[in-house]
Amino acid sequence: MSTVKSTMKVAGSTWAAQSGPLSAWWFRLSNNEHFVGYIFIAPLLVGLLVFTYGPVLAAFGLSFTKGDYISTPKWIGLDNYRALLQDELFWKSLWNTVYYVVGVVPLGIVLSLLLALAMNQKLRGIVFYRSIFFLPTITSSVAISLMWLWIYNPEFGVLNFLLRLVGVKGPAWLSTPEWAMPAVIIMAVWRGLGYNMLIFLAGLQGIPEVYYEAAEIDGAGGWAKFRYITVPLLSPTTFMLLILGLIGAFQVFEYTYVMTGGGPLYSTLTMVLYVYTNAFRFFEMGYASALAYVLFFILLGLTLVQFKYQDRWVHYE
Amino acid sequence: MVDAKREWTLPSARQVGGFLAKAWAYFLMTLTAVTMIFPFYWMVATSLKSEARVFAFPPEWIPNPPLWSNYLYMFTELPFGQYVFNSVKVSLLWTVGVVLSSSLAAYAFARVKFWGRNVLFLVTLAALMIPGQVTMIPLYVVMSRIGWVNTHYPLFVPAFFGSAFGIFLMRQYFLTIPQELNDAAKIDGCSHFGIYLRIMMPLSKPVIATLALLSFMGSWNDLLGPVIYLYDQNLFTLPLALTRFRGMYYTQWAYMMAGATVSLLPILAIFLLTQQYFVRGVVLSGLKG
Repeated sequence: MSTVKSTMKVAGSTWAAQSGPLSAWWFRLSNNEHFVGYIFIAPLLVGLLVFTYGPVLAAFGLSFTKGDYISTPKWIGLDNYRALLQDELFWKSLWNTVYYVVGVVPLGIVLSLLLALAMNQKLRGIVFYRSIFFLPTITSSVAISLMWLWIYNPEFGVLNFLLRLVGVKGPAWLSTPEWAMPAVIIMAVWRGLGYNMLIFLAGLQGIPEVYYEAAEIDGAGGWAKFRYITVPLLSPTTFMLLILGLIGAFQVFEYTYVMTGGGPLYSTLTMVLYVYTNAFRFFEMGYASALAYVLFFILLGLTLVQFKYQDRWVHYE
Repeated sequence: MVDAKREWTLPSARQVGGFLAKAWAYFLMTLTAVTMIFPFYWMVATSLKSEARVFAFPPEWIPNPPLWSNYLYMFTELPFGQYVFNSVKVSLLWTVGVVLSSSLAAYAFARVKFWGRNVLFLVTLAALMIPGQVTMIPLYVVMSRIGWVNTHYPLFVPAFFGSAFGIFLMRQYFLTIPQELNDAAKIDGCSHFGIYLRIMMPLSKPVIATLALLSFMGSWNDLLGPVIYLYDQNLFTLPLALTRFRGMYYTQWAYMMAGATVSLLPILAIFLLTQQYFVRGVVLSGLKG
């Protein structure tokens, strides 16, 4: 064995010797899996360092400082975090974000599941409907927000006109503190419905028909089939939509930035909007970093908790 | 003849149930479709009205005659042509960057056995967990130090350094391509780069299309990046221009709706042409991501 190996080595080096020492070196290097691998991922490694992990660490450092981008940041220890606990607007933004998340995520999941259940059969024209359901997903949140700003207009908006037709006097939606957030929630649920529904539909179609047939033979009714086959077998999809939905909803920014700017009376000031305002309006770099980190920890905590308890209700086949 | 006979037999309970389920599905789907499409219809309808007719009571459901000059105004009196160009430029470069860098890294993670591969793959995936708001402040500091604030660079250069999502998507696809192809090419003296370029990439067109679409759309619709980095109006992308527009033309709804429609049209065209890739991508990334 060892002789074969050494002859091969010799053969390689003679070839290389003929074309000079530099290309011998290059030949050996370009056939080295480790070297080639790192060449392929070199851009990624730079990117992870410069655009992800470097900034994450830097933000953590910045959260203990006070600075405005121009002067050198000054170390102030835990002062930002202390200030944050006293900051009424921080608590307000946290509460508003939780309100938004609790409004959007469960409602979106339940409505889209109901739709997907109805659609889970051989239907004609499904491609046509699918395109329509996707329309809000492909449209930018900015265009969506402008569209709904006009729909929600208190005097001339089409929503209040339609409500008046059925005898309801619509509120002034985005200009009242009580209705602004519900209005944003309604819009967000509307926007996510088609997307969630299609993911559910794909999940439903992945459930083998034989399970239902077997259950029918055992005399299971519609509800039993739904409860003991559909719900458990769909749970990985539901879990995924829940996680992605929670993470996405906690980061809500565009809707409130465009539609209300956080008002009226801070009733739609969400966490990311507050981070943005501190970072790029007040130039409170350190304080904004501390806020961003609080959001980060909330998201991390939520995801970890979800993964920890997933085996209580998520069943993988 | 046979059909005529069949009409006379009574439908079974199962058939009736099936018919009812279908009818219910179509009812729900149509109701949802109307709810989805009406706001878009209303946006377009409003964009074709004059100032006075926008506020008509009861609302004018069909703009008659449609006022196309609102769109002309977007391009002649306002620099919407420039905004469209900026958006196309940034989104295209972003997309090229994501596809290039992600496919290279994904190839290495799928096919090259290098030291620390699994750990690095996990480190890459973990980047998906980090929200952009955490990194945006230090990144802004870096960008301002190297003079990239108020340029398009921060909006597309990062894409050339890999996207965790893109890498994940492409690696999963590469893994489904038979390893034998690799081995055969290797025996024929093909290098890893050759295999990547001549075998893996041509075989991965569907997933490339999917990734390209999702990336393009993400960049096209992004607001936070442009809001932070761009001050000069000539550099604005469409979403940013629209938000500024809202400040300037607060009650001129026809203009605002025309602007929103203009921002939607290119992406709508792309979506309709490449729907199957898009839907597959969303479902794939949704179910397994």
